[in-house]
Amino acid sequence: MRPSVSTTQEFLKEGEEGVAMGVQRKGANRVSEDPEELTRVPLQAILLADSFATKFRPITLERPKVLLPVVNVPMINYTLAWLESAGVEEVIVFCCAHSKQVIDYLESSEWFSHPNFSVTTIVSHNSISAGDALRVIYERNVINGDFVLISGDAVSNMSLTQVLKEHKERKKKDSNAVMTMVIRPSKPSPITRQSRLGTDELFLAIDPNTKQLLYYEEKAEYSKGVICLDKLLLTDNPSISLHNDAQDCYIDICSPEVLSLFTDNFDYQHLRRHFVKALLVDDIMDYKIFTHEIHSSYAARIDNFRSYDTISKDIIQRRTYPFVPDVKFFGNSATKLERQGMYRASEVVQSRYAEIGPFTVIGNGTKIESNTKISNSVVGEGCTIGSNVSIEGSYIWDNVIIEDDCKIMHAIVCDGVVMKSGAVLEPGVVLSFKVVIGQQFVVPSYSKVSLHPQPTKQDSDEELEYADDSSGVAKILSITSTLEGSKEAMTSQLLEKQSWPTYELGTGGVGYVWSVCEGSHEEEWRHSIAPIPADKLAEAMQTTDDDLELLTHDGSVLPTAGELKPDYIDSDDDVNEDSRDESFESEVEEAFLRFVCENIKEENAISEQRTFRVTCTKSCADAAGVIFYSMMKLSLETPHSSPSELFNNAVNVITQWQKLLKSFLTDIDAEIEVILKFEEMCLESTTEFSPLFSQILWLLYDKEIIQEDAILKWDDEKKDADDFDKVFVKKSEEFIKWLREAPEEDDEEVGED
Amino acid sequence: MDFQVVVLAGGASKNLIPLVSKEVPKPLLPVANRPVLSYVLELLEQSNLKDLIVVVEGQDAAVRVGGWISGAYVGRLRVEVAAVPEDVGTAGALRAIAHRLTAKDIMVVSGDLVSDVPPGAVAAAHRRHDAVVTAMLCSAPVSGPSESGSSGGKDKTKKPGRYNIIGLDPTKQFLLYIATGAELEKDIRMQKSILRAVGQMEIRADLMDAHLYAFKRSVLQEVLDQKDTFQSLRQDVLPYLVRSQLKSEVLLNGAPQAEENGNEKVNPLKNQVMLSQILANVSTPSFHELYGLGTNGSTRRTHKCCVYIASNSKYCMRLNSIQAFSDVNRDVIGEASHLSGYSFSAQNNIIHPSAGLGSKTTVGPHCMLGEGSQMGDKCSVKRSVIGRHCRIGSNVKVANSVIMNHVTIADGCSIQGSVICSNVQLQERVVLKDCQVGAGFVVTAGSECKGEALAKKEK
Repeated sequence: MRPSVSTTQEFLKEGEEGVAMGVQRKGANRVSEDPEELTRVPLQAILLADSFATKFRPITLERPKVLLPVVNVPMINYTLAWLESAGVEEVIVFCCAHSKQVIDYLESSEWFSHPNFSVTTIVSHNSISAGDALRVIYERNVINGDFVLISGDAVSNMSLTQVLKEHKERKKKDSNAVMTMVIRPSKPSPITRQSRLGTDELFLAIDPNTKQLLYYEEKAEYSKGVICLDKLLLTDNPSISLHNDAQDCYIDICSPEVLSLFTDNFDYQHLRRHFVKALLVDDIMDYKIFTHEIHSSYAARIDNFRSYDTISKDIIQRRTYPFVPDVKFFGNSATKLERQGMYRASEVVQSRYAEIGPFTVIGNGTKIESNTKISNSVVGEGCTIGSNVSIEGSYIWDNVIIEDDCKIMHAIVCDGVVMKSGAVLEPGVVLSFKVVIGQQFVVPSYSKVSLHPQPTKQDSDEELEYADDSSGVAKILSITSTLEGSKEAMTSQLLEKQSWPTYELGTGGVGYVWSVCEGSHEEEWRHSIAPIPADKLAEAMQTTDDDLELLTHDGSVLPTAGELKPDYIDSDDDVNEDSRDESFESEVEEAFLRFVCENIKEENAISEQRTFRVTCTKSCADAAGVIFYSMMKLSLETPHSSPSELFNNAVNVITQWQKLLKSFLTDIDAEIEVILKFEEMCLESTTEFSPLFSQILWLLYDKEIIQEDAILKWDDEKKDADDFDKVFVKKSEEFIKWLREAPEEDDEEVGED
Repeated sequence: MDFQVVVLAGGASKNLIPLVSKEVPKPLLPVANRPVLSYVLELLEQSNLKDLIVVVEGQDAAVRVGGWISGAYVGRLRVEVAAVPEDVGTAGALRAIAHRLTAKDIMVVSGDLVSDVPPGAVAAAHRRHDAVVTAMLCSAPVSGPSESGSSGGKDKTKKPGRYNIIGLDPTKQFLLYIATGAELEKDIRMQKSILRAVGQMEIRADLMDAHLYAFKRSVLQEVLDQKDTFQSLRQDVLPYLVRSQLKSEVLLNGAPQAEENGNEKVNPLKNQVMLSQILANVSTPSFHELYGLGTNGSTRRTHKCCVYIASNSKYCMRLNSIQAFSDVNRDVIGEASHLSGYSFSAQNNIIHPSAGLGSKTTVGPHCMLGEGSQMGDKCSVKRSVIGRHCRIGSNVKVANSVIMNHVTIADGCSIQGSVICSNVQLQERVVLKDCQVGAGFVVTAGSECKGEALAKKEK
């Protein structure tokens, strides 16, 4: 079937031999004449070392997410080690928040000095989203071919050979196949899906034959209990599979076009919410996204505390082999696997009477006293754990001091925390760095404690996470910059202040308890590492029931009028809609002038304007009117001395850009809008055109930009208007008369047929 | 088998004017010279489904249909013919005869179905899953239902969902969604809850609802009683049952299963019984049962909507338009010839021994010439059906057409792609292309018609 079997096999081989071949090839490239060989570039990956989210706060105020330890290894090491093993030769690490810490870490680790696996960093403090990051990377011009797009919190052991091969083959056949997304089946029970990774429910529609992605919805609220699929999807595909049992691994194979698409569409921020959605909804660009389903190998993303817990357990249970605690890869110290999934570093000092249960990891230099019970937990290095302590399902990072009689359940305890004797952590607690919990103090469920005060005016985690919310952005930036700049000073200052109220964390307690705001409290249980309480589960099931009720109640699924709104006008835009309304005209005009100045090809201009229109939720008619206005303005600004020269200018501009204009004239209303706009111009702003009105109208008709029906309808509409309004109708009277008479015969002929 | 079959035979169908008339209601339209209804009846007979109620619209039509059935099927089938008023819809027709339904399950089949898919298989699938409704699906014909010439570039927007849009579970046994493509506005709206329960759904546009359903009688009657606005089985009853399958409002097996809404606390014992039943079953439980178990000891009421998907090689067509009438006639003597019940000659055609052919007259393959019909010299017949006792002159060409009984065709006529009803008279040199000529009509000499319907004015 495929003409290039040999080359793909060759590629397979190359993939297997991996890095060693890469070095040879650099020399060979210059002499080789095989086109495949010439286009072959080292496999690159973009690793986003910033999640552009706030789900790991308050921990991420002090340390970047990618450096948080997962089973005692900084997260980014899992990603890098996997990329290296999967045959990626060059990784570009994009750093934003806490970039210095990330770079310092990479320098201190061996990643920079690894032979045949180059790791470079790009730093940008202005980026507030994955979209910004990709635009920065595009400007740097460092990507030469297909690349792997991944964030620094991915844990995987999948082989890239197959998915890369599929991607390249598709790309060869169809240059619009720009992205391949890796998905993985998840368990088919609604209860486990809710709880496993703590991510939002995902609905996908995939063509079962080509694996093309046709629909993507991760935020379930928007269209309530129903999914709306455009029935045109079934034009090209006789069947579609709709999945609710898939999990997005956030591992994407992208073609270089993806970067330029982000650059062309300055409003794309979120990879899935904006980019994928726009590509699926907007068929003008005709770009396609495909999926690759993995079954046996592991891939998941640490998105929130719940997935942190789940993935840690998966690592301990060796589902991510070879990236497991007892196999030495980068950044972990050797631990020994003992029976029942228990890992212990070599220098653990453990009392004979301490009881360490199954699926537990104990780091180097940790001391554990007698009668302490630890199960299903990870304990980092250099911790001191007293006697009679019980730790269950928790993550204790490095150098933590836990005094006697403490009780920790399903909590995350960061570096340097001190728990005074008898302190208790209830499920879901997160203690950030160097917090001190006073004696006998009970930290209630889902509390987050940090040395840093909670940023004020924080509405909710959810909102901040959408990086395109401009107010939220400013906050993130200010926080990160202060942290970058004066972190040391701030911390010491905080520690000097000894005025911690005792009611917050008990006697001798140090830290602020972050208040959980109203809106997110409801959602807290979804993302927390604590097991989901039974009543919440029941509640979730109840809501799905209620959905059903709504639908079947009156035996009809017909939506209310409001719901009919296409769902791509999603609520992200709603906030800004009003301000965009006003700026729409000027922006379209500006963009048009830019096309002219930069000599941008018409097709590109069309797609750009079109996406702009979609994001502004404007109708085609509005856009057409504005574009026509800018065209006329352009011809007016071109130097001219007489009306006839002005007319010639107009002819030139219209001829050159007729396609652009035409692409927005989808119906007769848009055409009338253009005429009305023109009329308005002649009356108000650009009166120079008024003597030329009928000539230009005829020109638009002649170029088939405006159809006869539109002109006649315009005439009809004006019939009852004031004389003042009819000035231009009168001017073009003759033309309209001609239109009315001449084609009459045509009409009759059509009628006969 | 405890199955009662309701054949919805229709009456003077408006789509089929001028082919249907008072004398020939839709069930009696000939397909390869026998009434279309006979195909369904014989199909049912083959599956040993012999307890039938034939529902005909209009009293006159019912008398005619009843007369024909009692003549043709006496002793073979237990058939009752029931007349219902016109325009009551399929649901209305069933309401009208509801008192006659007694069996545990009811099969409802459209009388215009010409198919070789065994209804017994549908009945078996229905029973196997203890379903509330089972629908038969067959692959949609490649050509659209209304191929009215080339309507230009905009065709593409009309193409999707020419038939049905159907959502199936991964095992292709359960019906999760059904809509008629043409009736959808723009979006296919899918309930998320059902997708959550099943995990994965396959949406198909290449399947057609064959209008053969098996219903649980109690459920059918309950729905018809309670939802008195429901007009059509296909548009109202079936979608309603599909939609509500995870939140069932119907009573299974005639007995209320749980208390009223809201507090559906069933004791855990019953739950365990149900679980053990499921576990005891060799096959894995369907998503309905899993969903029904729910959490925390509460059960949900669910019911199952199943499908039987006929294999691609089976034939399945409904005679519901003039185009379909021509197609079905062509297919039954052509590629689906096993349906006709006739034995074909070596030339792959059927010429009744009593029919007479003039010299140099040729009858091609995939043709049929009925009893007592006479043809003159130098005629040619291609892929056409000619009925009984027709008189056909010389130099007549017939191609891709259906000519019913007692038709007189004078010399030099040419008939292409047309349907000529009984007792029509064509005078000399009439040229017909893609026309329908109603019963008893006289076409004057030398007429040339293209794409027209010719019929006598109704008096």
